[in-house]
Amino acid sequence: MKYIDEFRDRRLVERTASGIRSALLGREYRFMEVCGTHTMSIFRFGLRDMLPKAIELLSGPGCPVCVTPCEYIDKAIAVSRIKNVIVTTFGDMFRVPGSRSTLELEKAKGRGIRTVYSTLDALSIARKNPDKEVIFLGVGFETTIPTVARSILIAKSEGLKNYSVLSAHKTMPRALQALASGERNIDGFILPGHVCAITGSGPFGFLASKFRKRCVISGFEPSDIMQSILMLVRQKKPKVEIQYSRITSRSGNPVARRAIDVVFEDAPSIWRGIGRIPDSGLNIRKSFSSFDAEEKFGIKVKRAKEPVGCRCGDVLKGICIPTECRLFGKVCDPDHPIGACMVSTEGACAAYYKYNRGNV
Amino acid sequence: MHSLIGSVFMKELANDILLKKGDSAVFNIGKSKLAFTTDSYVVKPIFFPGGDIGSLAVHGTVNDLAVCGAKPLYISLAIIMEEGFGAKDLSKIVMSIKKAAGSSGVKVVTGDTKVVERGSCDKIFINTSGVGEIYYPGLSADKIKTGDAVIVSGPIGDHAISVISKREGISFGTKVKSDSASLLRLIRKALGSSREIRFMRDPTRGGLATTLNEITSDRSFGIALEESQIPVSEGVREACELLGFDPLYLACEGRAVIVVSAKDTGKVLRAVKSDRFGRGAAIVGRVTGEYKGKVYINTRSGGKRLVDMLSGEQLPRIC
Repeated sequence: MKYIDEFRDRRLVERTASGIRSALLGREYRFMEVCGTHTMSIFRFGLRDMLPKAIELLSGPGCPVCVTPCEYIDKAIAVSRIKNVIVTTFGDMFRVPGSRSTLELEKAKGRGIRTVYSTLDALSIARKNPDKEVIFLGVGFETTIPTVARSILIAKSEGLKNYSVLSAHKTMPRALQALASGERNIDGFILPGHVCAITGSGPFGFLASKFRKRCVISGFEPSDIMQSILMLVRQKKPKVEIQYSRITSRSGNPVARRAIDVVFEDAPSIWRGIGRIPDSGLNIRKSFSSFDAEEKFGIKVKRAKEPVGCRCGDVLKGICIPTECRLFGKVCDPDHPIGACMVSTEGACAAYYKYNRGNV
Repeated sequence: MHSLIGSVFMKELANDILLKKGDSAVFNIGKSKLAFTTDSYVVKPIFFPGGDIGSLAVHGTVNDLAVCGAKPLYISLAIIMEEGFGAKDLSKIVMSIKKAAGSSGVKVVTGDTKVVERGSCDKIFINTSGVGEIYYPGLSADKIKTGDAVIVSGPIGDHAISVISKREGISFGTKVKSDSASLLRLIRKALGSSREIRFMRDPTRGGLATTLNEITSDRSFGIALEESQIPVSEGVREACELLGFDPLYLACEGRAVIVVSAKDTGKVLRAVKSDRFGRGAAIVGRVTGEYKGKVYINTRSGGKRLVDMLSGEQLPRIC
């Protein structure tokens, strides 16, 4: 398959690994792969074993499901219990534990909850069910936010009155700032390729200029990740480079960003396990308040209860690896997830459980 | 699902036959060695490229008998359908059952029909049970040895992708048809070519990865797979890249996993490939003394990783 096979070529990956070994010059490095898909890729292709021991890779908070607060799940469940509401969601959110229940359990009780592949599906459901309110659970980073913004613009232009979004959208740059100045000493970041396809490289420049962190915007195939690590090691001065040049450019996607700017505004956001980060979330602007499920329904929930002993927060900040959490593999596994990091397909705990329990 | 079976059903109903956890139960009645199996079919949608719930219900049960070294003889057919289920669709399904049974050489000898209120089941559910006579005794995971080869009779995941694409209304550049088929003839050729076939299974729900994990679980050997040798059709690859699936976990309904001695690997592979349903067969891995109880894969990119049992959410109603 074009753009897949070439980037999984064994000789290319091995040659790049060898290049990394030569470029190390006796130093050790700790890099954070921000995006959950990078964590999965590194495991799926067995890249950890191919890297020299001097390279330590930490998983970061780039799993939107993992960083969505418990309270949001509780709100989604609360709103699904309202008569004539259909909640539409990406599949990942389905099994994430709230304080007392999950969307999956609520669906089993007969609530109107459906998984969709995109907001186009949600809009279609709204058009076909004019007597129901269709609420889309807006969870995601800059990669998917433009599609949600666009869905609101389409709904407005069609005069669709029964579509709204419960926004828990988050943006990456300020979260990475919190990590760059945080407890764990990180030499550099493997930046999320698809987020940067929208944002461009500019919003991440401060990581290099202010925090002196090496940064490379990486694709997701094995040779992308290996090449990104090689580029990180080779940087003489911290800067933001683009490895994923077939998709990402310095300027990103201005059309997509304009759609976001029209519909959303920056807001503080709670990142599960990390806490409140200013300017790291997006609220729907007042001019689109009729598409804001929070405004429409005034959802109130009891104080959220985080699971006792869960170290998802430390995992997201790179302070511990999943196997260091005492719940991992004992009471917390993909069939009985305690924290969001175990249930999401991009969660670090899910990746470790699936690929690393045998310590291959 | 495995833990549900263990903690609820096995806990109360376990006996020496059930505990073997074969695709079919194998036992003696008088001088005859028989295989007996049952399966229920709830696939959605009921018609999909390459088959329907009717043909699936026959092939699935025939294959469960065939992989135990049995010649399938008789099947039962129990149908639960919704009030108002279309007569035309029912007729299509029955014709499909007739054709599949005929080509597998089995007779439908007993049956049952239940009609339930609209909404009590989704259109139609089918259960088939089958009985056959063992002609190749002794197939068992207990016989597997280090050095044995693992053969798969064709590309994996076609059934799951064909069902998902029909269900979701997604089409891919390359059309994918279900691999649902009777393995009877292919298996007869394989078993006829060697006395050193250790074990066979058809990788349905949970795919190749789950089947291999079931084989290695709690045993003194592991299985090493070579990713570059695992046959996956272009259409399934495209679908997996788009939808984020791993082909190792996708259900097949007309494929056999065959574990055979190193010595007879070539013979068995040739025999399987001589069948029209086995043209895409390949040696996908070896039984190893390393990583006891586990399955791992050498990836096409040069790395190595664990292949775990499927856990968490499976694709619903694939078979």
